Amino acid sequence: MKKIKSSSDLETLRQTILNKGDHKRQVVRICCTTGCRAGGALKIVEDINKELTERNLEDKIKIKKTGCRGFCENGPVMVIEPDDIFYNKVKPKDVPGIVSETLVNGTPLKRLLYIDPETRKRVKSEKDIPFFGKQVRNVFAKLGKIDPTQIDDYIAEGGYTALCKALTTMTPVEVIETIEASGLRGRGGGGFPTGKKWRSCREAPGIVKYVIANGDEGDPGAFMDRSMMEGDPHSIIEGMIIGAYAIGADRGFIYVRDEYPIAVEHLTTAIEQVHSYGLLGEDILGMGLDFTIEINRGAGAFVCGESTALMNSLEGKVGEPRAKYIHTVESGLWDSPSNLNNVETWANVPLIINRGAEWYADTGTDTSKGTKIFSLVGKVSNTGLVEVPMGITLREIIFDVGGGIRNNRQFKAVQTGGPSGGCIPANKIDMPVDYDTLKELGAMMGSGGMIVMDENTCMVDVAKYFINFLMYESCGKCVPCREGLKQMYEILSNICEGHGEEGDIELLEGLASFIIDASLCALGGSAPNPVLSTIRYFRDEYEAHISRKECPAGVCRNPRIIRALEFGCEAPLKFYEHCILCPQFSEGCLDLAMSTEILEGKKKLVYSSKLDSEDSINANVFKCTTALSYFEKSRQLCGREGRCREEGFLIDLLAGSKQLIYSNTALLKKR
Amino acid sequence: MLVTLTINGQIIHVERETPIFEAAKKLGIPIPTLCHHEALKPYGSCRLCTVEVVKNKWPKLVTSCNYPAEDGLEVKTDTDRVKRTRKMVMELLLARCPHVPAIQQLAQKMGVKTSQFKKKGDEQCILCGLCVRVCDEIVGVRAIGFVGRGTEREMNTPFGIESDTCIGCGACTYICPTSYIEMVERPDAPGGRSLNKGELTLDSCPNSYVCENCDREQQFLLETMQVIEKFRRENEKRRSEQKV
Repeated sequence: MKKIKSSSDLETLRQTILNKGDHKRQVVRICCTTGCRAGGALKIVEDINKELTERNLEDKIKIKKTGCRGFCENGPVMVIEPDDIFYNKVKPKDVPGIVSETLVNGTPLKRLLYIDPETRKRVKSEKDIPFFGKQVRNVFAKLGKIDPTQIDDYIAEGGYTALCKALTTMTPVEVIETIEASGLRGRGGGGFPTGKKWRSCREAPGIVKYVIANGDEGDPGAFMDRSMMEGDPHSIIEGMIIGAYAIGADRGFIYVRDEYPIAVEHLTTAIEQVHSYGLLGEDILGMGLDFTIEINRGAGAFVCGESTALMNSLEGKVGEPRAKYIHTVESGLWDSPSNLNNVETWANVPLIINRGAEWYADTGTDTSKGTKIFSLVGKVSNTGLVEVPMGITLREIIFDVGGGIRNNRQFKAVQTGGPSGGCIPANKIDMPVDYDTLKELGAMMGSGGMIVMDENTCMVDVAKYFINFLMYESCGKCVPCREGLKQMYEILSNICEGHGEEGDIELLEGLASFIIDASLCALGGSAPNPVLSTIRYFRDEYEAHISRKECPAGVCRNPRIIRALEFGCEAPLKFYEHCILCPQFSEGCLDLAMSTEILEGKKKLVYSSKLDSEDSINANVFKCTTALSYFEKSRQLCGREGRCREEGFLIDLLAGSKQLIYSNTALLKKR
Repeated sequence: MLVTLTINGQIIHVERETPIFEAAKKLGIPIPTLCHHEALKPYGSCRLCTVEVVKNKWPKLVTSCNYPAEDGLEVKTDTDRVKRTRKMVMELLLARCPHVPAIQQLAQKMGVKTSQFKKKGDEQCILCGLCVRVCDEIVGVRAIGFVGRGTEREMNTPFGIESDTCIGCGACTYICPTSYIEMVERPDAPGGRSLNKGELTLDSCPNSYVCENCDREQQFLLETMQVIEKFRRENEKRRSEQKV
């Protein structure tokens, strides 16, 4: 393969690719990344190819396996060009119809078109779907268009022109100045100005310097980094080469978690292809820049997304954070200056270089520029990945892009910034989404996870869930994070189970500020956020759990309490009620002892003396008819023969391990 | 290069990047710690040596064992925030290991009587990591390490089986602040002693601690020489190739 040595080489190559004529043909773009693959996208591609071969249409129609379009809720999705027909929820059995109707005759299949939930009409094109219409896709522009395993696709879309521009027409300092002027801030969590970070790394003394891409996305429910790496690996690589040029690094690493096998595969292929074009390796574009990128697979520890833990892991050590009193830009990987950025940050770099800092700074607010990709999940109608400009309100994201709350329920809160972010309540829904506002609200940008919750969510339970996650994902090195989160989880689960005491909220607050103050790394430093933000906005829910021992949302259950309403079948309940009212109950009733044995399955009930054996009890020894009438109902008349949830309740109640309670306002309200 | 900083108002000159902990020691200001030892690199896990530093007029809490001294730094070791933090650390440790005398004594010294936390453990190990680090940094055999993460973290040998790299030097038992690791007499062990970490026994020195008979050092030196020779040869080869 011919190596690219100058911008004109790249332009020639681009023209050659475009002249091949692929763009003139009908193209079917099918998302083949994790979400749609799980829905059978690969089978669909296989079937379409088979169908086309049978009809001799391979030369006229091209199938492209692309990256994620973000509409994962409705996957597998495909777009047929040039008519721009968008199909969702495609199944392998739809393939013959797609080929014969749409590809040959050009008529769209109505049943595969998206239904607009408001107008209840079928929509033909992607741009007419509100989910896509409200988004601004800059970083995600190439996802869903190009085949991530083909570098030519990326180059045809104008890829690597930013690299040529930076290396041939700009000095490293000019590159840094451009990034600084654009106002780009780290997309991984902290929101540190990227240009400033690059400058400190460039100015740090040291011969060997490293650039690292953080693709260790570990937040529950967040997958934008995965989609980025799977669907457009070249943007990340291009950004990293530009970064290496600006900083003066000669080695780069991409840290990906091994749970993302497709991302690893696509990144590996991409790096090989870039090498073969000579854009990685020695003397890139004849400008004397030597740079290589290696992929490092992480073993899936949440804490390894923290910069120093990630570097420890890269060095082959245990993924534990170390003190950051000397910044990693001065002494990071192998004690050399190291510049770590999130993969999404790297993917922003080529855009800024190509279109200029002013263009980039036009979008967004005063302090947060550009667009941000959010992973919109939870009780929202359209879950998936959305790219929106900074400064957009939460309402626009959740109701306009996300399509509102599922099943017409009430919106209650949204958790932003992953497990160590905070919950923002419904009355703050018109606040703009940018780094500083989110921080003021007690949440954070994080890597861009957004979990939407409806009225049936208990906020104490939510806080408990996240603290539990963080407790297990903490590395366990420092006392505040390891022991503090353990105690915090204990207090929260006590509150949820109805054993909360007066003063627990204050204890939680004190513990939280201590953990933030004294922890070694950012994991501990932000871990109490879900607790603090839920106390700040939903204190009444905590109080209801503690003083009234009830859960307003009807979620939390005391494991030692069974509510009468939970009995779907009343026979076991009647049996228990009869027994508990009988004076014999507390005096060691013989019949009850025998029925318990039958209930627990130790003995069988028989009606004929002929069948008597050691492991059976004859019905005629019973004096009390309550037990007998229950067994007649449950064993003779009911098909389940006692193998049901309700009988489990009965056994627990008779054994005294659980308590029966008759009222629960929350449960009643729900009914 | 010497830098000047103040600790509780007292001025001190120390070499640049000296940990604050050492600087305070020179001034005779006591700072409690559980995971720091002068022979080992700072680790910063117990957070007991927390102090408050004021840098650019912005006070923040740092651990004194690994915070490097710099010019004009203002350190305070006895503010309310520091005291509150240390007290909380002690309470958490007391909740983890309520029956360990060393922790009880330290807590008493710091004025912590009981822990306000309900969840009580019965551990003897505080996971300070001294044993793990002494085995790595001083002895150099890495027979023990940390297993698991979060609340499941524990000190153990790889795979929890008897270690074949342990030389039974006993450095870990010496350095352990809570006497969790003990050296026990065991007649069937080659050196007559072995380490006992719970149910686990570690090998002792095969030469009964007679170092003159030990060939490990010789072997180590030999291997090192071989590696150095190999590098030299490769370097020369590369140089001659470059000349050509």
